[in-house]
Amino acid sequence: MALDRIEKLLEKYFEAQTTLEEEKELKDYFASATVAPNFEQYKPLFGYSLQAKNEQFTATIKLPSKHQSKKSNRVVWLSIAASAVVFLGVGLFTFDSYNDNQAQDLGTIDDPEVAYRETQKALNMISISVNKGIGGMRYLKEYEQSKNRIFKK
Amino acid sequence: MNQTEFMQLVNPFKDKLFRVAKRLLVSTEEAEDATQEVLVKLWNRNESLEQYNSVEALAMTMTKNFCLDQLKSKRASNMKIVHTNFTDREASVQQKVEDRDTWNWVEKIMNDLPEQQKLIVQMRDIEEMEFEEISTILEMNEQAIRTALSRARKTIREKMVKTHHYGIG
Repeated sequence: MALDRIEKLLEKYFEAQTTLEEEKELKDYFASATVAPNFEQYKPLFGYSLQAKNEQFTATIKLPSKHQSKKSNRVVWLSIAASAVVFLGVGLFTFDSYNDNQAQDLGTIDDPEVAYRETQKALNMISISVNKGIGGMRYLKEYEQSKNRIFKK
Repeated sequence: MNQTEFMQLVNPFKDKLFRVAKRLLVSTEEAEDATQEVLVKLWNRNESLEQYNSVEALAMTMTKNFCLDQLKSKRASNMKIVHTNFTDREASVQQKVEDRDTWNWVEKIMNDLPEQQKLIVQMRDIEEMEFEEISTILEMNEQAIRTALSRARKTIREKMVKTHHYGIG
């Protein structure tokens, strides 16, 4: 190949004005055995371009399967539904018992005298039960007496 | 589109994506991860892929953006990319070894270029793509690409000449 053509092409090349065909021509020339010594310095540049194109992606490609993503979607929706059910259940339960408490009507007494009597009765009942509890404590007095007898001497 | 169809679609250009990623990220492992990531993103877009007239250009743009983001976050966290893995290829002849040595020089020089120039050199000189394709992928006009490419080629030449002379002297 004519050297002046190569020289011209190189000049164009460094101005980035070469076409792909012309670049191919340059690469072919520099890959050949007969490179003029004054162009020797460009040899690795074009050699590298050719060599670098051979590098391949060797790792295996792992694609997430469409089923998988659908499945995980379903899991998400299921868990949302489940939590909704749980919340509804708990909510309904508390709402119910709250209503029950309110509904417990104990009635009311209008006549103050009857009310007084009823209150007395109720307090009486309480004091009777309290006295019953205290009754059991009487035995303790016996202990106290015997203790006093012993320690006086 | 099922997996095999998708693989058939990406097979012709997956190596190209990998090489672009490697040009930017330098390390093979990171480039592999990036390619993998981009392919998965592409796969997730599955249904909408038909509306693009060139899936390859789309994939290239995605790879470019992904790698640039990667580099940005890496710089933010102050990590250095260390280039340790030069590919090992069978080299029986002395000449081959020498050639590879100088190729490594070219590679090193290219690693010092700014990212945009790296991308352009990669796509033009190595992947042999038309300026038109490059301009759609990089979203730049052709003239700007030519200017950047010329600058990059001249930088490489300058440094090559320097090492060439070191070799002699």
